Amino acid sequence: MNVIEWGALGQVLVAGLIVGAGIPALFALGLRLLAGTTSPEAPGATTPAGSADGGSSRVIAITRPSPARIAGAIACMGVVVGAIAFGLVFLVSGGH
Amino acid sequence: MGAVTETLLLALVVVTALAFDFTNGFHDTGNAMATSIATRALKPRTAVALSAVLNLVGAFLSLAVAATIAKGIVDAGVITLPVVLAGLVGGIVWNLITWLFGIPSSSSHALVGGMVGAVLAAVGTSGVLWSGVIAKVLVPALIAPVVAIAVAGLGTWLVARLTRGVPQDVTNRGFRWGQIGSASLVSLAHGTNDAQKSMGIILLALIAGGAVPADSNVPFWVILSCALAMALGTYLGGWRVIRTLGKGLVEIDTRQGMAAETSSAAVILLSSHFGFSLSTTHVATGSVLGSGVGMPGAKVRWSVAGRMFVAWMVTLPAAGLVGALCHWLESAIGGSAGTIAVFALLVVVSAAIWLVSRRKPVDHTNVNEAWDEEKGASVEAVAATTGEAGGERVGPVPALATASSVGPAVGAVGTLGTPSNHARSNRKVDA
Repeated sequence: MNVIEWGALGQVLVAGLIVGAGIPALFALGLRLLAGTTSPEAPGATTPAGSADGGSSRVIAITRPSPARIAGAIACMGVVVGAIAFGLVFLVSGGH
Repeated sequence: MGAVTETLLLALVVVTALAFDFTNGFHDTGNAMATSIATRALKPRTAVALSAVLNLVGAFLSLAVAATIAKGIVDAGVITLPVVLAGLVGGIVWNLITWLFGIPSSSSHALVGGMVGAVLAAVGTSGVLWSGVIAKVLVPALIAPVVAIAVAGLGTWLVARLTRGVPQDVTNRGFRWGQIGSASLVSLAHGTNDAQKSMGIILLALIAGGAVPADSNVPFWVILSCALAMALGTYLGGWRVIRTLGKGLVEIDTRQGMAAETSSAAVILLSSHFGFSLSTTHVATGSVLGSGVGMPGAKVRWSVAGRMFVAWMVTLPAAGLVGALCHWLESAIGGSAGTIAVFALLVVVSAAIWLVSRRKPVDHTNVNEAWDEEKGASVEAVAATTGEAGGERVGPVPALATASSVGPAVGAVGTLGTPSNHARSNRKVDA
């Protein structure tokens, strides 16, 4: 009897590292792309939604992330959301 | 007379299986929600409510698991209703004991242990497939935390690198949502996997008792009752276990929490996909440890982790011992009386453990208190070894909650450093 199924274990480890560590990393990258252009000192500086509120007279050093950054962030978050959706489909289909 | 005994036995097995299902939910809430509670991404009660709903939904999602208990671990031919009852009692008792000490340990391993013990008592060593025990229980318990630590460690390290220089309120806000999302996936996976274990047991009992035909599907009332029992257990929240996972192992922030939960979800789903099933509890615990290993500057309390590890190794023999004792008692008394005696024993032991737990309750009001390694680890160590050592730190407790949960020991919030006159608990308010 094979006590440890090394093949299956290896697959779990490799896929786990790619997915389990990759998703948080993409999430972090996405956040960074969105937040990167706000100066750290600006109070309440957040996502573009926060920085674009109403264009009030309050002038603080917040610049909108460039379109390229936003696109990158959307791509990152898209992968994350896709992975979650895939996980859900996997559960529902009874693959466990 | 025989028919009456059979019916009674069947009814008690069904009730006990639901009770196990309850302790399963109760014991495993922390796997999904401990980190979200510790980082305050969710309020404690919101977290357990969310987890309960997702467990409930998860139980209905998929019915793919066949009705097998301890398949490949004990000889399927020797599993009779009395064995199942004794095994379930073994699993429940061990779940409650580990809960009392706040140790996250695998509910499925407890169930398997109880079954193995009951089988040993019933037919001896020939009924147990030892290679199966090693390959499916002991080795995965060693491997799961290693894999999870690696995955969560790498994830946390990457996240820490990538978010360096990003203001903390931005990361907190973002990762809060990420954490809630990934924790929800873990809850859902738990519901789909674990509720089915109890469903399988009940179905098997119904078939063995002749209540349904052998090729029957799981009846709807079984699905519903199992789902509800687990959701109720989850909602009540094993606060002791949540506290250990969320506060005891590592002090975590939202980034670590998100990385840990994503790692848990990924490893759990991938391991079942590749047919290498790992315990949810072991994976979740390993992920939390990994989030401490990967975070620069974070401190991991390895002594707490070591205690857990010992508990994992002891789970199988300990639950097995209870299962075996129950089976001996059952067969020594015999018939309905034996079955009732075992069930009564379960009720008495559960009540006793609950009463002991009330001596130092952990609930949603104090689950996030600062962890004091000297005193926070377990109830018994506090009372037995250190009568007087600096006083336990109790965070500011809302006056409303004080009366019901923390008890009279904390007399009035705001009496700074006043030693309580409660000799046993020796609390101070550390505002």
